[in-house]
Amino acid sequence: MSSKVTRISNWIDYRLPIISMMKHELNEYPTPKNLNYWWNFGSLAGIVLMVMIISGIFLAMHYDPNTKNAFDSVEHIMRDVNGGWFLRYLHMNGASMFFIVVYIHIFRGMYYGSYKYPRELLWILGVVILLLMMATAFMGYVLPWGQMSFWGATVITNLFSAFPFGDSIVEWLWGGYSVDNPTLNRFFALHYLFPFLIVGVVFLHLIALHQHGSNNPLGIDRKEPRDSIPFHPYYTVKDLFGLGIFAFIWAFFIFFAPNFFGEPDNYIEADPLVTPPHIVPEWYFLPFYAILRSIPHKVAGVLAMVGAIFVLFFLPWLDTCKVRSAKFRPIYKKLFWLFVVNCFVLGFVGAHSPDEVFYYLGGMSNQELGQITTILYFAFFIIAVPLLGMFEKTTPLPASISEPVNRGGDRRKKSRQEAAA
Amino acid sequence: MKKLLTTAIVLAIFYVSHAIAGGDDTETLVRQDWAFEGMTGTFDREDLQHGFQVYKEVCAACHGIKRIRFRELSSLGYNEDEIKAIAAGYEVKVGPDDMGEMYDRAARPSDAFPPPYANDKAARAANNGALPPDLSLISKARVGGADYLYSLLTGYGGEVPAGQEVSEGLYYNPWFPGHQIAMVPPLQEGIVTYSDGSSPSIAEMAKAVTTFLAWAAEPEMETRKQSGIEALIYLAVFSLLMYLVMRQVWSRVEK
Amino acid sequence: MTKATAPGKTITRRNFLTLTAGAVGAIGTAKLIWPFINSMNPSADVLAQSTTDVDLSPIAEGQGITVIWRGKPIFIRHRTKQEIAEAERTPMADLLDPQPDSDRVKKGKDQWLVLIGICTHLGCIPTGQAPNSNRGKYDGWYCPCHGSLYDTSGRVRRGPAPTNLVVPPYVFTDGSNIRIGVEEETTNV
Repeated sequence: MSSKVTRISNWIDYRLPIISMMKHELNEYPTPKNLNYWWNFGSLAGIVLMVMIISGIFLAMHYDPNTKNAFDSVEHIMRDVNGGWFLRYLHMNGASMFFIVVYIHIFRGMYYGSYKYPRELLWILGVVILLLMMATAFMGYVLPWGQMSFWGATVITNLFSAFPFGDSIVEWLWGGYSVDNPTLNRFFALHYLFPFLIVGVVFLHLIALHQHGSNNPLGIDRKEPRDSIPFHPYYTVKDLFGLGIFAFIWAFFIFFAPNFFGEPDNYIEADPLVTPPHIVPEWYFLPFYAILRSIPHKVAGVLAMVGAIFVLFFLPWLDTCKVRSAKFRPIYKKLFWLFVVNCFVLGFVGAHSPDEVFYYLGGMSNQELGQITTILYFAFFIIAVPLLGMFEKTTPLPASISEPVNRGGDRRKKSRQEAAA
Repeated sequence: MKKLLTTAIVLAIFYVSHAIAGGDDTETLVRQDWAFEGMTGTFDREDLQHGFQVYKEVCAACHGIKRIRFRELSSLGYNEDEIKAIAAGYEVKVGPDDMGEMYDRAARPSDAFPPPYANDKAARAANNGALPPDLSLISKARVGGADYLYSLLTGYGGEVPAGQEVSEGLYYNPWFPGHQIAMVPPLQEGIVTYSDGSSPSIAEMAKAVTTFLAWAAEPEMETRKQSGIEALIYLAVFSLLMYLVMRQVWSRVEK
Repeated sequence: MTKATAPGKTITRRNFLTLTAGAVGAIGTAKLIWPFINSMNPSADVLAQSTTDVDLSPIAEGQGITVIWRGKPIFIRHRTKQEIAEAERTPMADLLDPQPDSDRVKKGKDQWLVLIGICTHLGCIPTGQAPNSNRGKYDGWYCPCHGSLYDTSGRVRRGPAPTNLVVPPYVFTDGSNIRIGVEEETTNV
């Protein structure tokens, strides 16, 4: 029986080497043995992408991309389609989960210097994926055709009016003189297409990853065979364990707080004549939205917002420090965490109205807070990171992954040696 | 440990920033202990039926529930014959018939509740220009959800604070954005008599009708939470098993 | 497998754990897949839209009308005395799918023949409804796709169709009105 299977797989593999390729890339693929749990988020992102595509396809079977029926068809999914509420809440919360996973994945890359030589293209492909994800999420949010969908679409597409020939670009995007049926139709078409583009770039991302293998928490290259272990079973089980915990959190939102990340206004059907009092984008856009709003000039604001993402493309060259991991970069490590906190503050700013005043911040207005955090955001990339590359004194690196000899060595190993003695 | 702590802090910042973001007026709402809240919450069937009655006899004059079909009333505890009888009390416009005319017929369980007005313009014309919203999704479509609805329904009759303008034809209600609402105070003592002959207070009616509207917005809630408990138990077991397998597999790796 | 389990206690425990985890994972995956598959089944609103009311009084003897029930064409024919006799006279031995005419109409209402107008071969709609359309050799219906013939009781007389035209569930709500989609039992409307 099994020999028959082997014979068939050999026959196929001789002609189309997918089986040996998969074995090589997913099974034997040598991986640093010291990856911590922050390395789970890459595979999690891949799994979420698959779940989003599959749930999206099934939702598309019931959704109607017509302004007259879109809102009703979503309610039809929620009320009539068998298990429709599950599919929709899975997809809706999946978008938030996807961004949580990807943001952690990006922060991990920044902390451990995963964007540095020879992984610059790997990083750039990742930023491309982020951009595609943002476009996909934005267009997906328009589809339920609620008030936030409509006004979010209106405001975001109007960003393009900041550019030369802006009005013509915006009309081209809309396919009319306002966000309307043509807009919804094309957004649906593109929302269906983009995830497959993401899959394509993810493949490139993986090819680039497998060229030099994963970075690791020490940020040093592997030197000897015992530094590596095969991906399977070690990281497959670790990823599955991580998936279990992650799915638990995801399921909690789907079943018990499905609208936690959403806005009540999106349960009111789109009305082109009434703008809701507070328009806020989805939480994952809030930091960028804050940057847009904190600059009191239309073109400059749009450029700053776009620049906040595009600056990531240049990170491998802004950071000239040869040491990858923040473990051995005492100042970078502190600034990194300040940067993370700053991103959260930007998110907070984005969620609040610009003229709000915070008395616990000495009467600072939200606009001012946004301006300070915007400056800090860019200062991190443009000033702090390049300067640290020049002046930071890094701590000594360990000799190899298997022999960590820095700062008194591995504590656990030491105690084990003591116990043996 | 340190890493876990950092994660916890990061998550806490996130939660707080989101909570503050969504906060605004809602913390001051009149909070109720709703039976349908919490991970195992279910709708109180008596409240649902009373709430439906209040809706039917009071709210329905101006507000539709166009997304609800009569057949869905089975969730309220009505049997098939009761639902048919309820539906038969409504007329729905169907057609065209063989002569090309639209005509009215008695509603069937598969029909949706007919709206009180033919269209939004008719609704505005009948209500001094104000549009009474459809209530099918109202508890999901308002910040504060059920507590907001309850607060609004019980919030009439308070003393108008100095400086608060209340225009002609509007009523003061502290919970409504702008504090002036076009809706006539809907609930009055004695306006509804329950089938057991009792006459509910305004608060009791508000509680019942809010429960009914929460159900109307989320008819899947009970199934959802039930499946949710199963899913979480399953995922906890799965994670534990994977953790054990992982420990076993990794025991072979030299630290 | 058997080779690996043979030696040592630890290996057995390990295999047990892996197998349990694998089985639990498989059950979970199956449970997750089901709502996706099930979402493609008819939804609640489709299932609920199940009846069609028809007033028979305007249909003259010898004439037929077509109405729609659950998206399917329903043939209703007001049969003539001759057509009824023809259907009743046919010996069972001549039928491909033997069934007496009395089983295909309501008792005392045998002038009314109600059929799902879909050929049981591959789903085409037979001709024979319009006054001058081809009713075939047996005065019933003729399927233009592959030539199946049905008689005045809607029974198949010549293949390739394997079975008779299906009689949908319906009841007489009064003398001349029928409701299609309801079984006999639940007539209390």
